[in-house]
Amino acid sequence: MATAAKKAPAKSVKSTSAKSTGLSAPKPAEFTKDEELAAYRHMLLIRRFEEKAGQLYGMGFIGGFCHLYIGQEAVVTGMKMALIGGDQMITAYRDHGHMLAMELSPRGVMAELTGRRGGLSRGKGGSMHMFSKEKHFYGGHGIVGAQVSLGTGLAFANRYRDNNNVSLTYFGDGAANQGQVYESFNMASLWKLPVIYIIENNRYAMGTSVSRSSAETNFSHRGASFKIPGIQVDGMDVRAVKSAGDQATEWCRAGNGPIILEMQTYRYRGHSMSDPAKYRSKEEVQKMRSDHDPIEQVKARLTAKKWASEDELKNIDKEVRDIVADAAEFAQHDAEPDPSELWTDIVL
Amino acid sequence: MPIEILMPALSPTMEEGNLSKWLKSEGDKVVAGDVIAEIETDKATMEVEAVDEGTLAKIVVPAGTEGVKVNAVIAVLAVDGEDVDTAGEGIGEEPPKVEVAAPAPAPVAAKSEAAAPVAAAPKTEVAADPDIPAGTEMVSTTVREALRDAMAEEMRRDGDVFVMGEEVAEYQGAYKITQGLLQEFGPRRVVDTPITEHGFAGVGVGAAMAGLKPIVEFMTFNFAMQAIDQIINSAAKTLYMSGGQMGAPIVFRGPNGAAARVGAQHSQCYAAWYSHIPGLKVVMPYTAADAKGLLKAAIRDPNPVIFLENEILYGQSFDVPKLDDFVLPIGKARIHKQGKDVTIVSFGIGMTYAIKAEAELRGMGIDAEIIDLRSIRPLDLDTVIASVKKTNRLIVVEEGFPQSSVGDHIANQVSQRAFDFLDAPVITIAGKDVPMPYAANLEKLALPNVGEVIEAVKAVTYR
Repeated sequence: MATAAKKAPAKSVKSTSAKSTGLSAPKPAEFTKDEELAAYRHMLLIRRFEEKAGQLYGMGFIGGFCHLYIGQEAVVTGMKMALIGGDQMITAYRDHGHMLAMELSPRGVMAELTGRRGGLSRGKGGSMHMFSKEKHFYGGHGIVGAQVSLGTGLAFANRYRDNNNVSLTYFGDGAANQGQVYESFNMASLWKLPVIYIIENNRYAMGTSVSRSSAETNFSHRGASFKIPGIQVDGMDVRAVKSAGDQATEWCRAGNGPIILEMQTYRYRGHSMSDPAKYRSKEEVQKMRSDHDPIEQVKARLTAKKWASEDELKNIDKEVRDIVADAAEFAQHDAEPDPSELWTDIVL
Repeated sequence: MPIEILMPALSPTMEEGNLSKWLKSEGDKVVAGDVIAEIETDKATMEVEAVDEGTLAKIVVPAGTEGVKVNAVIAVLAVDGEDVDTAGEGIGEEPPKVEVAAPAPAPVAAKSEAAAPVAAAPKTEVAADPDIPAGTEMVSTTVREALRDAMAEEMRRDGDVFVMGEEVAEYQGAYKITQGLLQEFGPRRVVDTPITEHGFAGVGVGAAMAGLKPIVEFMTFNFAMQAIDQIINSAAKTLYMSGGQMGAPIVFRGPNGAAARVGAQHSQCYAAWYSHIPGLKVVMPYTAADAKGLLKAAIRDPNPVIFLENEILYGQSFDVPKLDDFVLPIGKARIHKQGKDVTIVSFGIGMTYAIKAEAELRGMGIDAEIIDLRSIRPLDLDTVIASVKKTNRLIVVEEGFPQSSVGDHIANQVSQRAFDFLDAPVITIAGKDVPMPYAANLEKLALPNVGEVIEAVKAVTYR
């Protein structure tokens, strides 16, 4: 796998400039050893956590909808590396990776997935609805596209308070066709709101490919009518994400208003646990896994540069597995919410 | 024949206006499309354009005249060949008349049933409101001014409070509710939005989740249908979904329900809709005092509050207590008038029917108690039930659609909690089960009327 990761990205995964604004994708950041190791560790935590969640779902511990982030780990990990304290993050329902990236407790997330009292929402939110004011994570939203207006509102609050913070508002290629996305683009640009619209283009809106659902499949151009610049980013390369994140946060903090980052990424699993993903070939998935896996890319660099030995990588692996095992153990054995919780937190 | 130029109605609810300026003088030639005068209403200043060609023979209503009734003759136009000096003779010597037969006054006719009792409302015998200290000076205030004052006071008090919506700033409010706020608080806190209800409702909720306290004005609640997902799925549910960590302290306000002659898409009461949703508070005031005290409470409330106003009530005046900080509790009904024979429950503009009916019933020897719910969620059923236990009879009046109405819910609750106290079935009076028609006569039929209330009371009192 180490050698495979050295291959050039597939043609569809390339950085292009947004001609309308003159902004172009920056070169992938040169990571230090510590940055590579941190990225490796953070992405691996998300991968292992999601694999465990998939397992617990299959065992019946997790109910309802469960959308796994496997394959897209570089997007949240690279963007988190570009943030400063107080920057906010908001996303839709494929949100476990975002929560872990924002340092929400793995135990709390997993116990929420199993609907237990130790869950981040005390068992009342579920997979799609977790929040943390302390960590500036604003959900976790189940209505496709609704989080885009909300994230724009977070940016409105930043501008109102003149606090130099940026709102990272994530949505998918599917949500990019919702009307309120463009209502939000218009206001964000009009009012120069510090919001980064991160379009995680994983090529499928549930089962519908971007070419079947989108008249303009270059999502970095979706802000053109609103004078919002956009950049296409190799969302499988955490370094490319980090450098795009640096550029975008700088753009926002300088008072230039919103910016769009189209993250070209891929989910390995189905849309949700109940999706057999018949709309794409196994070969397509396998090719992404073998040629572009975000974690394997970092691992290959760490090995090539001799920044980490096999044993050191194995140790990181074990630490991550321990964290996930602990979270899963907690989530399976924690008590369900007290029945009185039914009637709390409705109004203050 | 000289042409009479009439005072135009500039909005569906306008009954009169001020003739602020003439832009043409007597003897001036006028062609169609010329701006001849400026008219000022409580909402806007607008230009009057000539429809016909001729010579302005006589200005009947001079500039600066206030309270000119819609359809009064304001000028006379002499057409080709007519003598300008004599064209205006005999017109204007008598007081400006209202052309009842003309098509334009239909809105007035359509709402006369509603408007008449409103005017009398402040004079109705009102039970002392326990929330107002005895001896407090009362100031006659329109609902419009009361709402504006409430927002201004809260914005002075808390820098996190801001107002956003269509035309709230530079235009001074589509219905002039935000008049003067831009001048006092500036564009950072009084934010004109594009026409984008779904988007700006979501932006407001996001800002509220970040800790600000937005007042989101919908030009009317009909347009909030575009935004109802953000109101319900984002604003109302986040506190619960986050296990109490994060809520949305936000007020959604604007005119709700039927105005006059604005058709089906602009005439709908959302009280029952929003009252269905846990996580929301729903307020629908009738008087200016309640509008002020409850809007202040809504802005301070840490929850999302739906604040339903009514265009027809905006211009109505009521006594408002002169207090530095007049805040009323959300969720508490007000006994508008005490009585012993029957309980009439209503809210918002529905109160106008109840009040008018009560006056007539008194003449028949029936002593009705009127309860103004003020809040639809939480609903003050205790006050309703206590009253039913006294009167043993209940009528609920509202303008909304009949199925799954607020009245239906109250009837159900009363039947469960006070069944043994009822001497007659609960009668719910609502708007008819039809989209609001445009024609004046049909619109009048679609709304509740005082006669229905009286008949219902007679039925439950077995008269």
